[in-house]
Amino acid sequence: MSEALKQAVLELADDHLILGHRLSEWCGHAPMLEEDLALPNMALDLIGSARTLYGYAARLEGQGRSEDDMAYLRTEREYLNCLLVERPNRDFAHTMLRQLYFAAFMEPYWQAALSSRDELVVGVAGKAAKEMAYHIRHAGEWVIRLGDGTEESTRRMREAVEDLHLYTPELFAASPAAAACAEEGLLPDRAALRPAWERTIAMIFDEALLEAPEVPFPREGGRQGLHGEELGHLLAEMQWAQRVYPGAQW
Amino acid sequence: MYSQGLIGADGRSTETPEFLEAFQRRIDAEEKIEPNDPMPEGYRRTLVRQIGQHAHSEIVGMLPEGNWISRAPSLKRKAALLAKVQDEGGHGLYLYSAAETLGVSREEMTEELHSGKAKYSSIFNYPTLSWADIGVIGWLVDGAAIMNQIPLCRCSFGPYARAMIRVCKEESFHQRQGYEIVMTLARGTPEQKEMAQDALNRWWWPSLMMFGPHDADSQHSDQSMKWKIKRFTNDQLRQQFIDATVPQAEYLGLTVPDPDLAWNPEKNAGKGGYDHGPIDWDEFWRVVKGHGPMARDRIRDRRRAWDKGAWVREAARAHAAKRAARARPIAAE
Repeated sequence: MSEALKQAVLELADDHLILGHRLSEWCGHAPMLEEDLALPNMALDLIGSARTLYGYAARLEGQGRSEDDMAYLRTEREYLNCLLVERPNRDFAHTMLRQLYFAAFMEPYWQAALSSRDELVVGVAGKAAKEMAYHIRHAGEWVIRLGDGTEESTRRMREAVEDLHLYTPELFAASPAAAACAEEGLLPDRAALRPAWERTIAMIFDEALLEAPEVPFPREGGRQGLHGEELGHLLAEMQWAQRVYPGAQW
Repeated sequence: MYSQGLIGADGRSTETPEFLEAFQRRIDAEEKIEPNDPMPEGYRRTLVRQIGQHAHSEIVGMLPEGNWISRAPSLKRKAALLAKVQDEGGHGLYLYSAAETLGVSREEMTEELHSGKAKYSSIFNYPTLSWADIGVIGWLVDGAAIMNQIPLCRCSFGPYARAMIRVCKEESFHQRQGYEIVMTLARGTPEQKEMAQDALNRWWWPSLMMFGPHDADSQHSDQSMKWKIKRFTNDQLRQQFIDATVPQAEYLGLTVPDPDLAWNPEKNAGKGGYDHGPIDWDEFWRVVKGHGPMARDRIRDRRRAWDKGAWVREAARAHAAKRAARARPIAAE
């Protein structure tokens, strides 16, 4: 069981780190100073959760690896994040929509995780559920403003929906490891969270004058380490120091 | 982070001598001047310029450090650096608000930054070339900024002084964090130690330049001192910085890149202090005048972020207007 839990926790940790890294790429380049503060704030929430989860995965593995070994010394094929979180920032519309999609899933996920049988999962959930609630608020408000803003913002927001919606079904798919953990009451059942996610998105899309498209062919594969081309570049940059100076302490 | 550098007071005035004397009496009595108080136009202009430059420095300062967020070598360092750069942005926001109490808008100030009319601390026109630069910036650049900003907590203009109290607390945390990064490197592998020494070599002199020209060459300094915007001269603060920093470098086993550096027991009225070698003022003026290695890139990056974000800001305004229009008929009922 601890092997399955380790893998499912790594999936979660990777989701959080990769999305946190993506948000951090905005720091200093946001459309306004308030967002230069807000984006790193959300990135810090995600990276904070990732650190705890990596540390836990490493302990479950029992090979003496650290949170940094987990983050910096695994290859693209070993990364298990869902594809949504690795999508590039593109523009502010894409970034906010990606954030909304993720947070609208993770908020009920962490709420459900509060009744996990695993103490550490409960601990992370207590903090993360609150964070995800405000990420929904922050990103959701932007999706509404941009969706129902100017001609250009509406066009960009619709384009973001076209580009990203097909990555959302993967949020509800459980890897065999995650499914095993759900059965044991360690982690929430992902598929069961779909109605809550759909309600949040429908409510926001309604105000944003957006429509959720049908997704006949969802993009999936992240949980098997099958990623898009962009992840390799992200990791090459993120892991650079640890790869160039092996064994050094920072 | 910011240091006084070239800020001089704007002493031009059209006020009556009685008004100026009454104002000076308030200053001399250490009363805080608040935004709605009568004040000489020169005082107002000086503060708008100084607080504006300070705010711009925080904002432009996000760029050289932001350059290492995506490559920070561990998760702990990544989180700390992100939080630090976010703090700098927060200082910028705080300071723009303080300047706005003097009747200038953030948009106007931003426009002046982008057009090159407003200056910012030239230290940010140097590149961050290795991870050690992040440590050394915290240690030296934030350290120099603190030397300047601690006295600003007692600045005669209330909103600026109060803003500085919080800013100084955060800067002091950044400074310790930076020093800790350098310490880790200095005690690390030979490559890491070399990285730390190289960063110290590149940042030492620009950090000393942050305090501005020698007192003898510093224009308008007297008026700023008289108005108690500034409390110490450039050379006094630079000396304090050197005296505090040299022992820190020695503790790390790093060499300050100044062959003329020597302990002088006579200095500081017999308390002792360090003599230092000549500062390259040609470089100083070159960088101040906009020819620093990263000067064009920094402003281009700021402008690009602003221009690329224009549609977002327009959308926010348009949406707010739509909401207001929708709310109006209901409010009228």
